[in-house]
Amino acid sequence: MTSRASWIPYALIAPAVLFLAAFFIVPLVQTIWLSFSSEEGVGLANYARMAGDLNFSLAIRNTFLLTAIVVPLQVALALLMAVMLTKIERGRDLVLWVLTIPLGISDLAAGLAWLAILQNTGYLNSALYGLGLIPGPTGWLTQETPVALFIGIVLAELWRATAIVLVIVVAGIQLIPKEFAEAAEIFGARPWTRFRKITLPLLKPSLQSALILRTVLAFEVFAVVYALGGTNFPVLAGEAYTWQNINQNYGVAAAYAVLIMAISLAATALYLSILRVRPEQQP
Amino acid sequence: MADIVIDRVAKSFGDFQALKEVSLSVGDGEFVALLGPSGCGKTTLLRIIAGLETQSSGRVVIGGRDVSGLAPRERGLAMVFQNYAVFPHMTVFENIAFGLRMQKVGQVEVKRQVDRAAALLHIDQYLDRYPAKLSGGQRQRVAVARALAVQPAVLLMDEPLSNLDALLRLEMRTELKAVLREAGTTTIYVTHDQTEAMGLADRIAVMYGGRIDQIGTPLEVYATPATRFVGGFIGNPPMNFIKVKASGGQIRVGSASLPAPVRDAEIDLGLRGEDAALSADGSGIPFDVRVVEPMGSHLLLTGAIEGQLARIVTPPTARVQAGERVGLTVDPSRLTWIDAATGRAIART
Repeated sequence: MTSRASWIPYALIAPAVLFLAAFFIVPLVQTIWLSFSSEEGVGLANYARMAGDLNFSLAIRNTFLLTAIVVPLQVALALLMAVMLTKIERGRDLVLWVLTIPLGISDLAAGLAWLAILQNTGYLNSALYGLGLIPGPTGWLTQETPVALFIGIVLAELWRATAIVLVIVVAGIQLIPKEFAEAAEIFGARPWTRFRKITLPLLKPSLQSALILRTVLAFEVFAVVYALGGTNFPVLAGEAYTWQNINQNYGVAAAYAVLIMAISLAATALYLSILRVRPEQQP
Repeated sequence: MADIVIDRVAKSFGDFQALKEVSLSVGDGEFVALLGPSGCGKTTLLRIIAGLETQSSGRVVIGGRDVSGLAPRERGLAMVFQNYAVFPHMTVFENIAFGLRMQKVGQVEVKRQVDRAAALLHIDQYLDRYPAKLSGGQRQRVAVARALAVQPAVLLMDEPLSNLDALLRLEMRTELKAVLREAGTTTIYVTHDQTEAMGLADRIAVMYGGRIDQIGTPLEVYATPATRFVGGFIGNPPMNFIKVKASGGQIRVGSASLPAPVRDAEIDLGLRGEDAALSADGSGIPFDVRVVEPMGSHLLLTGAIEGQLARIVTPPTARVQAGERVGLTVDPSRLTWIDAATGRAIART
């Protein structure tokens, strides 16, 4: 009976496969093809042009710096918030809901909201002026204030995308039976030891998912940076946008896209090997 | 080693009173079972002793030290959980060593204690394995070894055998008793399984509705239940209760007449199934047999005494037919009398 119906599973996943093939794999192959082809023929000309660009090393540095600062901070904050959530007995769902509101806001809208706070005549400056801390409108997001601009982008990214890590970590913590922590407590582990020796190792699969998701998205960061810093803070995805729409050079834009993909894949492979949970260690 | 005094401990969850001023003393090295149906408060009491739950009122004193306000790790106890709570990301060795590591015991001593505990529980060949590679029974052994490795003054066990299959449970029960007697640890053991409580414990505290109904040796709670609940909960088949009316210090059931502990009142006659014998001539308490179940070691007769359900145990050789009326003789000294109004046993005179 099973052999007679063996085509059914394939038929059921066929629409999804076709959809992915049409709208994901085909454009992907086209992009890769595009990145290797230029007026001089097939080759690495686009990549050479990308690497030779003034903004290239800056974009690489900025993107990696942003990822290296934002992702660990987000994971740390999410862990802290998730552990605090487990201590809340009443109204936990409400608190979780409030904390995840930024998830429902598009990244461009989030960038604009932070622009309203941080720009020359924004809420931050109004408050600082009201407190007598600054003499008048002060620019924080300019080329002359790279540190302030960077901090502003980090803040906006933390506000916008920590919640997705939180949701994954909260789900992971709920999967850990409370007896493990109780047993550790009985046998003498203090709260910090319990977190380090029990919660964190058992949370590894969730952390792996969260890290992959967040890191890949962090390498693609664009809208928030564009809204706050414009071209003052070049990042990889921003350069791809510039080459595509301003310079009208699709080949170099495609080279940037392929570079971002390669970096994302490398990061994913790294996480998969570092945070691997051996089957015999699974609960 | 330590004794435990539970002094009027009460616990409420919102409007629900899980424990109603429970008091209990456990001697040094004693093994006490908290026995009762689910929801009777036995696990709550154990968790309060452990410090995993905070009592609404009352005190817990371990080894003369009031631990009521202390964290679990400061109480000097070990615990075995119902679902083992063996850490999946640590080897068997590291699981057993966990408590010792937390106490910052030296490497040599850790290895010595782990080897000793593992040998005691016959899991010394699995020390390098992860728990996922072990059977349920072996994981349970790891949980017990982890508790014994710290040489605790007090060992708390929460239904430790209930996740094992019947045969393994019997085997582990025997082994636990031997291991714990050797260790001489003061033990409180929560179970809903009366055979476990009877087999393991020095004394049994039978709990019901947030109270301890009776504390006594297994034989005491079996033979002389303090309440109707205890009589009905312990024993297989449970104690029979027959409503009778005493008049002039006597009760009459059929043609039989028995001395009663009260002069004139409605009381319940509590009768263990094996404390009744079939009379040769059909005299005594009349018993209408409805079902005869040959159990091998005995016959289980289900029927009615004066229209009230009763179960009687007879030797396997007895000749009894369903539908027959037989006579039962009883030893008055082995009867329990329950006050019908309070459900408590009437003191023997």
